[in-house]
Amino acid sequence: MIKHFISLEWKQYFRSSYWQKSIALNILLVFFALYFVAIFLGGGFILLKVLKKLFPDQDPFVVLNGFLFYWIIADLLIRFFLQKLPVMTVKPLLTLPVKRSTVVHFVLGKSALSFFNFLPLFAIIPFSIMAINDGFETSMVITWMFTMIIVVLVLNFLNFIIEAVSSDSEYSFLPLLLVVGSLYALNYFDIVSMTSIVGGLFQTVSNTPILILAPAAVLGICYAYNYKILKDKLYLDASLQSKVEEVKAADLSWTKRFGDIAPFMQLDLKLIWRNKRTKSMALLMIIGLLYGLFFYPQQIYREMEFMWAFIGIFSTGFFLINFGQFIPAWDSAYYKMLMSQNIKYEQYLRSKFILMVMSVVAMFVLGIPYVYFGWKILLAHFAAAVYNIGVNSHVILWGGSYNRKKIELDKKAAFNYQGTGAVQWLIGIPLMLVPMALFGLLNWLLGFEVAIGTLLILGVTGVVLHRRLMSFITSKYLDSKYKMIDAFSQDT
Amino acid sequence: MIQTKELSKTYSDTTVLTIDALDIPKGQSFGLVGNNGAGKTTYFSLLLDLIKPTTGSITNDEVVVSESEDWKPHTSAFIDESFLIGYLTPEEYFYFIGDLRGQNKADVDALTSQFEDFFNGEIIGKKKYLRDLSKGNQKKAGIVAALIGNPDVIILDEPFANLDPSTQIRLKGILKDLAETKGVTVLISSHDLMHVTDVCERIVVLEKGEVVKDLETNPTTLKELEAHFAGNLMISSEEE
Repeated sequence: MIKHFISLEWKQYFRSSYWQKSIALNILLVFFALYFVAIFLGGGFILLKVLKKLFPDQDPFVVLNGFLFYWIIADLLIRFFLQKLPVMTVKPLLTLPVKRSTVVHFVLGKSALSFFNFLPLFAIIPFSIMAINDGFETSMVITWMFTMIIVVLVLNFLNFIIEAVSSDSEYSFLPLLLVVGSLYALNYFDIVSMTSIVGGLFQTVSNTPILILAPAAVLGICYAYNYKILKDKLYLDASLQSKVEEVKAADLSWTKRFGDIAPFMQLDLKLIWRNKRTKSMALLMIIGLLYGLFFYPQQIYREMEFMWAFIGIFSTGFFLINFGQFIPAWDSAYYKMLMSQNIKYEQYLRSKFILMVMSVVAMFVLGIPYVYFGWKILLAHFAAAVYNIGVNSHVILWGGSYNRKKIELDKKAAFNYQGTGAVQWLIGIPLMLVPMALFGLLNWLLGFEVAIGTLLILGVTGVVLHRRLMSFITSKYLDSKYKMIDAFSQDT
Repeated sequence: MIQTKELSKTYSDTTVLTIDALDIPKGQSFGLVGNNGAGKTTYFSLLLDLIKPTTGSITNDEVVVSESEDWKPHTSAFIDESFLIGYLTPEEYFYFIGDLRGQNKADVDALTSQFEDFFNGEIIGKKKYLRDLSKGNQKKAGIVAALIGNPDVIILDEPFANLDPSTQIRLKGILKDLAETKGVTVLISSHDLMHVTDVCERIVVLEKGEVVKDLETNPTTLKELEAHFAGNLMISSEEE
């Protein structure tokens, strides 16, 4: 049976139109993966020496175990946002003579093969080898190594439990942030020393190999819980006949002032507010807004002027980037209908454009309190907002005409991870790095005023050329009309 | 109203549709029948400019559909559920389509109120999103949405599938009324020979992408069609 599943997975992956059309992106991802492997591998080999040098009087294992708390927290956060439970098309299998338990075991087994689980091994194993070579007791090191591997797997399955729980609640990621934040705070303010508790646990297990059964038991429990969650979901009425939501209608008549694009704006607003996927994206805007608070309170960052442009672009353009990169895939489910309707493409795109511009303005206005950290920072944010409005908005709309990837909005969040993940973050890079590099370079060579002025001029130029740019972008969309219809009507 | 000239559609090496000439006059109710893969949906997709013809063209009211968009104001269609916007309520969807077709809320309300029978109380005022409706009710909403804005050409792919018997009968009444009294050109495809012969004045049989029969409907048409498709069966079973 498993053999059949593997062949199905293989075919699904290589026969999807996404794979065939974005080989370049896949190659880029492979390079990223190799890069991380290299870093972890290098880190694994030199870590022991580094620890000995930095903490000459302490046992390197004790020091390292002390840091494991931070690793666990960071790993959980990264996994939550980037790693998703592997999707399997289960509906056709339900009526076939396949045991439900086999399907679930397969999905869970597949998740254990994730890149996120292999990556730590590249550091853990070389570190252990180096430790044994260095004369540490072999049985202790080996136990430590296996404990680490088990913990990696525990994190893997724990993450899916967190995701399953949070996908049922309205504010998807907030509970996780709350828990992780309070754990971190408890530790930071020395209320409960999480670092020494976690470190102590690892220390004890390594010294008494038989205790490795404890983390193994935790792994077993996590696996069993996942198994239970997934098995319950494997009934049609759970995943297909989701509970019927009451309609929440809001008064959108204020959009009428935008004239002929009003119907599209109303549609876009409903799109954002009524689908889980878009809704959690809108809630993430809070993080985008507060992003500066991660940096500005620290003197070092406040003095790095090129960071101002980056934070400005990121925090004012957060919605622009996240919403914009999936234009027109948001409408992929009914794209055929739109194309057979009497609509002007330009109106359709202008509605999205105005929505993005409004978000930039709102984010900038809400971010005005950043002036507390200096008026120069506010000025940089203003220039970044103008750049977002004039340049990035058009660039991202233009990029959308190459979008060939469907998004299924009405799938429940638990099985709806199309398009998210590492790729999503990659696309944001050129939009943010270009203005940051430009700003940093000009600021360094010619001074702050010139750098600000350049961003402003570029932004204003974009606004002035808006009509021309839009008609160019519209023609791009028209050119790829048939390709988009075709790609959007395929199952991914 | 609709002229098809030397139309063909080829995917890599397979030709899925070849129609040398097919004229559909204004106000005709036109039925397209054929087995799976005969090219019905392909023809409708070409008519709506959703796919590109390999050769030839379709003209809708003097407008070549793949060259200009001027056919869109007077043409409407419901091909499948992908024409619906799942996160809207049926009312909101009707108003949205109405906005696109230059109809205000009152116009749309006036139109949909005529279909209370057809909706059977399951569509309007239910506070449900389209994605939460059953397949049959989704179809009803889609079909009525295609009638918004007084289009001259209405294209419906398999309108009878998934509908319950009473709704099928009501739908037949609606479609007949459109063509006979309002002069609308109605194009439908169906696997149900009885329904098509009931509704359509003219029936074209497609087979492997080609027109094999072009019939004016008369009392013997149903027999003729049944004989034709049964004949296919005989031939294919002989081949085996």
